[in-house]
Amino acid sequence: MNAIQMILVVLVAFLAGMEGILDQWEFHQPLVACTLIGLVTGHLDLGIILGGYLQMIALGWANIGAAVAPDAALASVASAIILVQSGQGTKGIGMATGIAMPLAVAGLFLTMIVRTISTGIAHIMDADAKKGNWRKINMWQWVAVCLQGLRIAIPAALLLAIPASTVRYWLGLMPAWLSDGMSLGGAMVVAVGYAMVINMMASREVWPFFAIGFALAAIKDLTLIALGAIGLALAVMYLALESKGGNGSKSSDNEGTGDPLGDIIDDY
Amino acid sequence: MADQKIKLSKADRFNVMWHSQFLQASWNYERMQNGGFAYSLIPALRKLYPKKDDMSAALERHLVFFNVHPYLVSPILGVTLALEEDKANGAEVQDEAIQGVKVGMMGPLAGVGDPVFWYTVRPILGALGASMAIQGNLLGPILFFVLWNVIRIAFMWYTQEFGYKAGSAITNDVSGGLLQKVTRGASMMGMFVLGSLIERWVNIQFTPIVSKTPLQKGAYIDWNSIPAGAKGIQQALIDQSNGLSLTKFKVTTLQNNLDTLIPGLAGLLLTFLCMWLLKKKVSPIVIIIAIFIVGVLLHVLHII
Repeated sequence: MNAIQMILVVLVAFLAGMEGILDQWEFHQPLVACTLIGLVTGHLDLGIILGGYLQMIALGWANIGAAVAPDAALASVASAIILVQSGQGTKGIGMATGIAMPLAVAGLFLTMIVRTISTGIAHIMDADAKKGNWRKINMWQWVAVCLQGLRIAIPAALLLAIPASTVRYWLGLMPAWLSDGMSLGGAMVVAVGYAMVINMMASREVWPFFAIGFALAAIKDLTLIALGAIGLALAVMYLALESKGGNGSKSSDNEGTGDPLGDIIDDY
Repeated sequence: MADQKIKLSKADRFNVMWHSQFLQASWNYERMQNGGFAYSLIPALRKLYPKKDDMSAALERHLVFFNVHPYLVSPILGVTLALEEDKANGAEVQDEAIQGVKVGMMGPLAGVGDPVFWYTVRPILGALGASMAIQGNLLGPILFFVLWNVIRIAFMWYTQEFGYKAGSAITNDVSGGLLQKVTRGASMMGMFVLGSLIERWVNIQFTPIVSKTPLQKGAYIDWNSIPAGAKGIQQALIDQSNGLSLTKFKVTTLQNNLDTLIPGLAGLLLTFLCMWLLKKKVSPIVIIIAIFIVGVLLHVLHII
């Protein structure tokens, strides 16, 4: 890796760190972050594939309220750098996904530190507001977001400082049963993200949709887009039938119309 | 007050929307998105309050506790812009009224953003992109990135404009029918897609062999009676495509047996186990690391 590539990697890391908190452009999502690291290091294919696997694991990770999800930004950036440095190619992807998980936890603590520092910044902003100094508030807002960027950029720079040969030596110590097992674990870990999402969304009303989706997915000819279309159509139909049916009670709470289909049949 | 009314132009409002992307930048444990909310409004406040005292009062007014989903802030910003514009033009708008509107919209809107964006749109686009990326297809990440940001920016701009035009009237509508319908519809579609994703992507293959039964003659390819050379290869391939087995035995793994029940059952059960553990307040990180350890152990024991 030459100097320009290293600078670009740190820049990507900085961007991912900012986005991990802003949650707007989604540069911190593995699919984007790993691809960018792959792009700037000249291992685009490797980055895309690792991004795909990590994205599957991270699907359900979301910042909700005050809680921060496991840090996808640090996990993607650092594991992509390690994968590129290891020189193992696609064979190293299972290893890289395994390494990404503890990194996601480490990133969580770094975020907490930065958010605690930001509490101090909030007080500085108060003082500036009293003086009506909006320029200073703008500036502190930028300082805060740059701190979040550094939270990923600094670890990335430290990782780059380790020579590739050292990384290779360490990873060479890892026996095959361990890295193969980690690949298999990675395929199962996906379930945790889904479980988090289901726990948030599930209600009595939506479980049938889950069952239909699960059963239909076994038909391998249906692509994800086709499945999405079926899901959307079912939801639209359900809501449309519900507002037509019912005994004139258009209450919007979940228990309102117990059986919309039955009501329609009754009308005939 | 001055006779000339100060109006916020479309460019001013767009500027506010653009700034609001930094809503969470100074997120802190004390007042959460307070700095971000004030920061988002600054382009408008500068125009509305040229006097330093007014500006300072406005900044202080918006540096109070605030927390909502980062995209659902847009309708709130829209309403706040409408109120601040009235106030700057001399209408009797109490500070309490502005705070009341902000707090009143915060709760219901935060509850809409999570299921719609984090639990439906992002998992669907993410899974779509990831399934292409795993095959090394660059379109995967590009599709995810472009679609996500088009949806996001369009949503933020139009809901902010909606809030600005509706003004404080919107607060009555927030808890009303439409929003709830959208949220419920999103949950339904989201659950449907989750069901299919679990079937497709939670991969557990049990390798232990359950049975190894010899096949009848004629049900497998008899390698001894096949002609030599290319002709033999042709014959063997024809036989195989006719459904003949390659070996004398029918090998059934545990996975084959499970698949006859319903494909993907093991993944489904693992997901239910994770849901149960999460409800028991086990940290997701602990579960993730435990699954990796179990994966390695089962592999060493030749179970998966």
